[in-house]
Amino acid sequence: MNRFLAIILLAAALTAQAQQAEVVTLEQLQELIESRTDHIKVINFWATWCAPCIKELPLFEKLGYERSDVKVTLVSMDLDLDPNPEKVNKFVARKKLQSKVLILDETDPNSYINQIDKNWSGALPATIIINGKTGQRKFVGKELHEGELEKLIAEVL
Amino acid sequence: MAACLLLMVAASPVRLGYEVGDTVADFKLKNTNGKMVALADYQDAKGVIVIFDCNTCPYSKAYNSRIIALNAKYASKGFPVIAIQPNDPEISPGDSYDEMVRNAKDKSYSFPYLFDESQSVAKSFGATNTPHVFLLKKDGAAFKVSYIGAIDNNSKSESAVTKKYVEDAVDALLDGKEVTSTKTKALGCTIKWKNA
Repeated sequence: MNRFLAIILLAAALTAQAQQAEVVTLEQLQELIESRTDHIKVINFWATWCAPCIKELPLFEKLGYERSDVKVTLVSMDLDLDPNPEKVNKFVARKKLQSKVLILDETDPNSYINQIDKNWSGALPATIIINGKTGQRKFVGKELHEGELEKLIAEVL
Repeated sequence: MAACLLLMVAASPVRLGYEVGDTVADFKLKNTNGKMVALADYQDAKGVIVIFDCNTCPYSKAYNSRIIALNAKYASKGFPVIAIQPNDPEISPGDSYDEMVRNAKDKSYSFPYLFDESQSVAKSFGATNTPHVFLLKKDGAAFKVSYIGAIDNNSKSESAVTKKYVEDAVDALLDGKEVTSTKTKALGCTIKWKNA
């Protein structure tokens, strides 16, 4: 009887983890980037149409799972090309993404790209690694490979 | 004094990528019709609209008709478009030379679509995205960079565009005026560099 209950609860917990991505403004995103926290923030900019972005997603999922001192946020830029966020939600559900997913809803990329990071050309993928305590950050304007995230995190500690 | 300056310039690290005001070195690349096209071929032009572009990127697709329209509007006024495709086909098979030929034919390109096979032109320009515009102005015998960046301020909807960066820049040059917005950014695809 107990085992049966446990299985039901586990199934409920697993399905509850399928998330709806939160649509955010630049202001909300900047709040995330600039806020002081006691952990490392890894913010990845991606899109469902971007092949190298999708290829590197497992690295971010693994990082979030393995490191309790790191909080991963995946920011989808899909709305810049497609006004319907459903494509992102379907992708998140299909891939069972565990990291927090946000969808940026902003116009005027010429303005917001620089406000997110002056080093960013606007090309996807891009990643910012921030020490939440000191504010020290690293920007990466290309696809990441195995081991590179850990190395970059060590550089901001 | 001049010797000192020369020494300083010689000692400074090679910085790849043009800034506004820089003189552009000549390049010669293969067009989709099999012929070679060089920047030096454009001695009679007032300038050139260089656009790093590709077949596969959704941003390139979103801007394709606008790129074609830029050439239609400005080639006869002395500012033709030259499109340069820099992606490594090993990483992006849809950007192979054969696919470029097919694309240019399907879209009836009236401007060169050049294959930057070694990626050296993209590197010397400092191109990072597709699409990525470098507007060049003829200054005597040299081609100088007048504008770098995005085509306009709305990728998904041409009708929602409120700032036509490239058109404004070319119009300014045609009027003998300074370009006011010389550098802009847009979202786009990374260039698929070899051995990424």
